[in-house]
Amino acid sequence: MIVGPLFLLGLYFFPLWRIMLGAPQYPDPLGMNIHINGIAGVNEFDIQNIDGLNHYIGMKTLPKPEEMWEFSTFPVIIGVMIGLGVLIGLLGYMKKVNHKWFLGWFILMSVLGILGMYDFNAWMVDYGTNLDPNAIMKLANPDGTPMTYKPPLFGHTKMLNFDVTSLPATGAWLMFVGMMLTLVASWLGWRKSKTERT
Amino acid sequence: MKKSNYIFSSLIAVSLLFMGCQQGSDKSGNGALASSAAEKVYVAPGEQDEFYAFLSGGYSGNLTVYGLPSGRMFKEIPVFSQFPTSGYGYSEETKPMLNTSHGFIPWDDLHHPDISQTNGELDGRWIFVNGNNTPRIARVSLKTFETEEIIEIPNSAGNHSSAFITENTEYVIAGTRFAVPVPQRDMPINEYKGNFKGALSFISVDPESGRLNLKFQVLMPGFNYDLSHPGRGASHGWHFFSTYNTEEANSLMEVNSSQNDKDFIAAINWKKVEEYVNNGGGTKMATNYAHNVYDEHTHTGTSTMKKEVVTVDPTKVPDAFFFLPTPKSPHGCDVDPTGEYIIGAGKLSADLTIHSFTKMLDAIENKKFDGEAYGIPILKYEDVMAGVVKSGGLGPLHTEFDGKGNAYTTFFISSEVVKWEVGSWEVIDRKPTYYSVGHLMIPGGNSRKPFGKYVVAMNKITKDRYLPTGPEMEHSAQIYDISGDKMQLIYDFPTHGEPHYAAGCPAELLASNSQKIYRLDENKHPYAVTDPSEARVERNGNEVHIYMSTIRSHFTPDNIEGIKVGDKVYFHITNHEQDFDVPHGFSIIGQNTSELLIMPGQTKTSLWEPKQVGVWPFYCTDFCSALHQEMQGYVRVSPASSNIELSWSLGED
Repeated sequence: MIVGPLFLLGLYFFPLWRIMLGAPQYPDPLGMNIHINGIAGVNEFDIQNIDGLNHYIGMKTLPKPEEMWEFSTFPVIIGVMIGLGVLIGLLGYMKKVNHKWFLGWFILMSVLGILGMYDFNAWMVDYGTNLDPNAIMKLANPDGTPMTYKPPLFGHTKMLNFDVTSLPATGAWLMFVGMMLTLVASWLGWRKSKTERT
Repeated sequence: MKKSNYIFSSLIAVSLLFMGCQQGSDKSGNGALASSAAEKVYVAPGEQDEFYAFLSGGYSGNLTVYGLPSGRMFKEIPVFSQFPTSGYGYSEETKPMLNTSHGFIPWDDLHHPDISQTNGELDGRWIFVNGNNTPRIARVSLKTFETEEIIEIPNSAGNHSSAFITENTEYVIAGTRFAVPVPQRDMPINEYKGNFKGALSFISVDPESGRLNLKFQVLMPGFNYDLSHPGRGASHGWHFFSTYNTEEANSLMEVNSSQNDKDFIAAINWKKVEEYVNNGGGTKMATNYAHNVYDEHTHTGTSTMKKEVVTVDPTKVPDAFFFLPTPKSPHGCDVDPTGEYIIGAGKLSADLTIHSFTKMLDAIENKKFDGEAYGIPILKYEDVMAGVVKSGGLGPLHTEFDGKGNAYTTFFISSEVVKWEVGSWEVIDRKPTYYSVGHLMIPGGNSRKPFGKYVVAMNKITKDRYLPTGPEMEHSAQIYDISGDKMQLIYDFPTHGEPHYAAGCPAELLASNSQKIYRLDENKHPYAVTDPSEARVERNGNEVHIYMSTIRSHFTPDNIEGIKVGDKVYFHITNHEQDFDVPHGFSIIGQNTSELLIMPGQTKTSLWEPKQVGVWPFYCTDFCSALHQEMQGYVRVSPASSNIELSWSLGED
């Protein structure tokens, strides 16, 4: 239980999510790494170049850390959850709390994760649909509705000439492993408590 | 179960064999031979070539970059000639690159490229080339593929036995083809003999920056120093020059300079001369030559006039200068990868003369001299000669090596490439060229480590090789596969200008180092704008400086008023893109120079002198994006007497 939450430390170093944009004229795709504290280009000038392309279709520029509350709040939340997790783990080690606390941490983290995903998706909806009315290119879907450019939350979409792929990155995988470890810890605790009872 | 597996796999093996046989028998047919040549040169769409080839552009003044084996041209690098495609030699930043002691020279005749070496092997940092007509040496970066430096060579004329580098790129060596009075003076032409000099220049190369410095010039007798190559391995520290016109004739040279049965290969121990100069030897002579350096960060060239050169009298440095008699006006002077053999191609004969470095040292040691010329000892032909290649061809010019013990020599008159074995001097193979081949090139063929897979023959005459294009045609070149015992002609391709020599290297030596953009945050150009908010227009008398930025797809500013007839308007344009292969261009109606092509992160300047009142448009010349056509703007030009204030804007009504 102590080790699991520490995996979340990886989020401070590795991106949570990665969105790649490839096109015929971008044999080396452009990409953005979404970290808990901001968005960075996969290559040095990718953010500038993605913004440059997006201005044709009227998308806002990608937010800087200070432009979104999430980027200052998420690191704190993750920090608190790591602290809480380690504390629960230590207390569990000292047999002060039982496995239900482990499970509780896991559920809380899962809820926060889902909320985070929901928030991330809401931002992408806004980013991809809230377009400048004076955009250079205003494209419509076959049914006549204005075309929008929300990147997928998970997986691949074709957007105009771009293939957009959105997948969890190293940070998310580390978080996943960490959370699974806490789940295993809860299960071990549960089994132990059962054997102790019988 | 297992048994059936065996049966199945043996069936596959049999069918593969059968297919193999079919292919084998096909190859003996005539059509299939052609198809195997096609396979050898075919670089499929999206695939890349195995070698870079840098072909001199001759009288185009520039250097061209090709791929081997495809023969596709990738780039023309402007060196000595103005190049409207990029604005080289037209932009304010690059005009100084073409400055000389004769003023601005928009052209030259570029002959011999040589790639920098470390320990006798290609290192791919720079390529050096010579300007033949107004003697100059240029250094081109193999990171940016741009000309970074040009140094003029004083006391020289017809800078032809150049630009050849020593095996650790210590020196670029540049020899004069035409002997001239040194220093230049008013004197009768027919007093040439004994009075004119042949200056051989040793230009040191800074190992870090590549900066050139004319360290010393040797003032040799007034012969014509035609070609040269450095010693390597055991002969490192020596340099060999072929000569003609040892008769010192000054008129009707085609007859009068062909009378001596033997001319010389001059062998120079430059390490001894360097030591002599380092110890204070030589004479400082007043002179005047330009040294032009381009700075990658200011994106600007500066020209400095140098006023002095150290000259060396060869008779003052003992044991450093010798003449090796070589028959019939030798042209090519090539050194094999081991450094032991010096090949003299007597261009008016059928044979090649091969001198042995070891025998030469021995002859010097034992003072086996056969007289002297202007105080320089002449060695005995028989004592230094290692062998003769009885070629059966006519008019040998140049030799390259494959690193497998073979040499390949071009024959201009009999129009062929002849392969022969170093040591036995036996001819192994010969193949025609189309037509009248000059130089040839094997990647690394002028180094200790050649990559002997292809030879490129560069021809002087094209005739019927391509669809006719009137009296003037590009020259033709041929690629031969030399991986087998026999050469195989696999491709024919046109070249640009008149390629003389070329240099090639494996693609991987350069491809990964090739720069993609210039960093805007490293742009130190004094007129750069690193943010569109800094874009502005400033007037200083009748000089107007426009600090302009570009990004897909607009200029900032794009409306400018307050310019007057008679102004000198400098457009300083910074490309704010930081994306690979997104240049922007700039041109304005009535521009007396050329357009500019500005790479990402770069700043270039065009001078415009409006002569007529009006509202004049400017636009981007490079199709930069879907909105490229809209990348345009206006300059209002008012009468000289008007008092309209300078103003500029973008996106305002």
